[in-house]
Amino acid sequence: MIAVRGLTKKFGRQEILRGIDLTVARGETLGIIGRSGGGKSVLLKLIIGLMQPDAGEIWIDGENIIGLSERKLAAIRQKVGILFQGGALFDSMTVEENIAFPLHEAGERDPKVVREKVSEILEVIELEGEQRKMPVNLSGGMKKRVGLARSIIRRPSCILYDEPTSGLDPIVSDSINRLIRRLQERFRITSIVVTHDMKSAFHVADHIAYLHEGRIYFYGTPKELEVSSDPLIQDFLLGRSERELEPVEST
Amino acid sequence: MFARLFTALGGKVISFFIYAGEVVLLATETLTSAFTHKIRWRLFQYQIVDIGLRSQLVVMITGAFTGAVFAAQTYFQFNKLGMGSAVGSVVSVSICRELGPVLTGLMIAGRVGASMSAEIGTMKVTEQIDALRALAVHPIDYLVVPRTLAMMVSMPLLVAESIGIGIVAGYFVGVHLLELNGTYYVANMVRWTLLRDLIMALTKALCFGLLIVFISCHKGLTSREGAVGVGRATTEAVVNASLAVLIFNFFLTMALNIVFPAGFQ
Repeated sequence: MIAVRGLTKKFGRQEILRGIDLTVARGETLGIIGRSGGGKSVLLKLIIGLMQPDAGEIWIDGENIIGLSERKLAAIRQKVGILFQGGALFDSMTVEENIAFPLHEAGERDPKVVREKVSEILEVIELEGEQRKMPVNLSGGMKKRVGLARSIIRRPSCILYDEPTSGLDPIVSDSINRLIRRLQERFRITSIVVTHDMKSAFHVADHIAYLHEGRIYFYGTPKELEVSSDPLIQDFLLGRSERELEPVEST
Repeated sequence: MFARLFTALGGKVISFFIYAGEVVLLATETLTSAFTHKIRWRLFQYQIVDIGLRSQLVVMITGAFTGAVFAAQTYFQFNKLGMGSAVGSVVSVSICRELGPVLTGLMIAGRVGASMSAEIGTMKVTEQIDALRALAVHPIDYLVVPRTLAMMVSMPLLVAESIGIGIVAGYFVGVHLLELNGTYYVANMVRWTLLRDLIMALTKALCFGLLIVFISCHKGLTSREGAVGVGRATTEAVVNASLAVLIFNFFLTMALNIVFPAGFQ
């Protein structure tokens, strides 16, 4: 479904991605973990065409999206939804209008059909009765759930999640994880979840890729990651920073 | 030293041409999109209200006081030469050909240009424009086209309104405050104000409206670095749009004067 080949991206002189190769099969969920500022969000934006890579290929449903114009990318983007880190809700619209936006853009004019679909999706994200609220009056978790509802209302075959649980308390994080899992089970959606929340990664991912210094350092199942004896991975899993603080000679 | 000076100047010149090129590309893409893609009429109506209706007070005050003060100044000078009866025609022609379009353009650049740039800029830095793109909606179709079409309709009407109010205010000041003869005032005004003066005003209004909308939307779409960046983009949008109105006004005047020459032929 999604394949990334030799993807590189620089910002000025800083190399963010140095040749990424990844494949995500249909219906699979890939968790991408790595340290903050490591290029995880950049990778997602490259996959959906919001940024252009310096080199490499991105294949979605058998089509290489590199070099496609903004208008040609629109067809690809109908198949791929994205949940932005902060939700990226349209702040001039209510929750209902935000969620219904993709339907209106697709030409759906029947208010009854729109209302029904919005109600159905609000039930999935457990936000019934919040239709009239403005984004400014929502909590971080609610914004993410509304952003997710907006992404899935047109039933894309793939969803990209950018830090779905960052900045949320453990209970709300768990509800988001359960929601992602439920979407996978209910709609068989292919997913890529970028996170540095290990609990979230273990909960939702079928495979996990560890992004380190612009490269895929590890790729495997959550179980394989958990039992890995690699010191770098162990440090990341256990949240240890001592190694980094030690003098260079001793490392 | 000269090398450094030329490098610095060259850098500025190149930056200016890149900026101008980007604005022209935005204009081209917007006008192409308006003819080839779906127009969102609901957003167009919303923008008509925002640009046209909400600018009423600003435009009325601008037109009224420009006409009033211009009538007074013209009277003070012309009356000494015994040409008081020409005040009406001078006020009317000047407001039509220059003051109405330029001052309304400047006011709209300040009120509407700032608002467009700030709104689009905020959407840019809060990833709302990325969200639009991710939802397969082209930002130019959604944000720029409705604003451009609304501006193309609103701006000529606002300028016409400003001219009308300016002429009425000039009449009021000239006839009722400065005691000019009302019959001569109106007769000369009607005699010397021609249809071509009004066409020139509306042509300028359309051009200024397009300049304002493209410069402001471009600044909004290219803003970055959070709230500070949006603030900077908004200021630059107003300054650049105002300067563009003033500079283009000169060239438009020279060009349009060939097609619509001033004065009675």
